[in-house]
Formats: sequence, structure tokens, C-alpha cells
Amino acid sequence: MDVVVLAMSTDSRFVHKIWQEQELSKMVEGGVPFPMLSDAGGKVGTIYGVYDDAAGVDIRGRFIIDPDFVIRAMEVLTPEVGRNPAELVRQIKAFQHVRATGEVTPSGWEPGQVTLKPGPALVGRVWEVWKP
Amino acid sequence: MPELKEGCVKPARGPILPAPPPPVSGAIPSSQEVPMMLAKVGKEAIDFEATAFIEGVGFQPVKLSDYKGKWIVLCFYPGDFTFV
Repeated sequence: MDVVVLAMSTDSRFVHKIWQEQELSKMVEGGVPFPMLSDAGGKVGTIYGVYDDAAGVDIRGRFIIDPDFVIRAMEVLTPEVGRNPAELVRQIKAFQHVRATGEVTPSGWEPGQVTLKPGPALVGRVWEVWKP
Repeated sequence: MPELKEGCVKPARGPILPAPPPPVSGAIPSSQEVPMMLAKVGKEAIDFEATAFIEGVGFQPVKLSDYKGKWIVLCFYPGDFTFV
């Protein structure tokens, strides 16, 4: 898919290093391969709408940014619930397909499934071509 | 990129915005205060700079715009050594 992942929390780079050494490397062989960024001060979380200033941490927010540097998707959760990487991957594949073809992808679309070509001919006829 | 010169404290820097247009002469200068949340879907991402730990590399300053031209997933999380 050719995607860059950047992880970010308010922890310092020193804590990131030790977390990688002490824990992540035991969960993922070789440790996580992507940069672990330090949002010390929460400035970045603030501009991305995910900084909880009472707790002093960035909550679970994730953003898909396309090659033109446009934000295509965001998902923000409070800390208790973890994310669903399969849905993240699905959304990236859908956005990449849209960018490559100009087609649009209906709800729950997975690669290989029918896409829609917006235009006058499709108005009122989606039911004929898309049968979920 | 050179290895970061080591210090104890290194806050993230952002938003990195284009320079504002020069003020019109005679106008009252507007507040320089940055709005709280700038990120919106369908709009350009807001650039920032932060220090990173990268496996096999070490500590390095990273700008979001370093990755312009690629698909990027920017992922915030509450903290190292948390549970979920």
C-alpha cells in the first residue's frame, strides 16, 4: 500500500526508546518500524483536536493524509477502546482506489467489489448496480 | 539527516503555517492567537515538527511535511506503557 505510519504521544523520545526496548520488541519482532514522535507540550494534539489538556495526553486519534497533503479521514476515540486496523487498511485502499480511478466506493467496500461512477445516468439507479 | 543534538527537553513545534500576509497600513493588527483545532477532513494537513525515536536510527527531528507526496497515517495515542 506504500503508506508511512507516524505514531505520536506526549511521551518523550527517551520513553519511546525504552518502551520499544522493554515491551514493543517483545510483541513485534524487531520492534515497531515506524517513527515514534514526541508531542511534548501537546501542541500538535491541540491543532489536531485530540489533546486532552486535563489529562495532559493525546487521545486516540488517527488521520489518513493523501499524497497532496490533504486529510482524507479521521477517527478519534477516548482511550478505553482500541482501534480496528482492518478498517484503517480498508479506508486507505478505498481512498487509493478513488484517487487512481475517479470512481467512488459504496459503504463497506473492499477491493474487487463494485464501485460507482457518479453521473446523470446513475441518479436513481444505484439500486440496480449496487446490491450489498 | 544529522542525529539530534541531545538535550533534556524538546517540545514539539507547530502549527507551522505559511507566513501571514503583510498588514494593510492603518489597519488594526489582528490577534496572532492560533485557533484551537485546525485539522479538518478535506483540508490540507497542518505541518508540525517533533522529535522522534526511530528504530535503527535513534533520535531525529521529524516534520510531517517531510513525508509530503506519500500516503501518511498519523496516529495519536494516550501514552507509552498504557494498556490498550
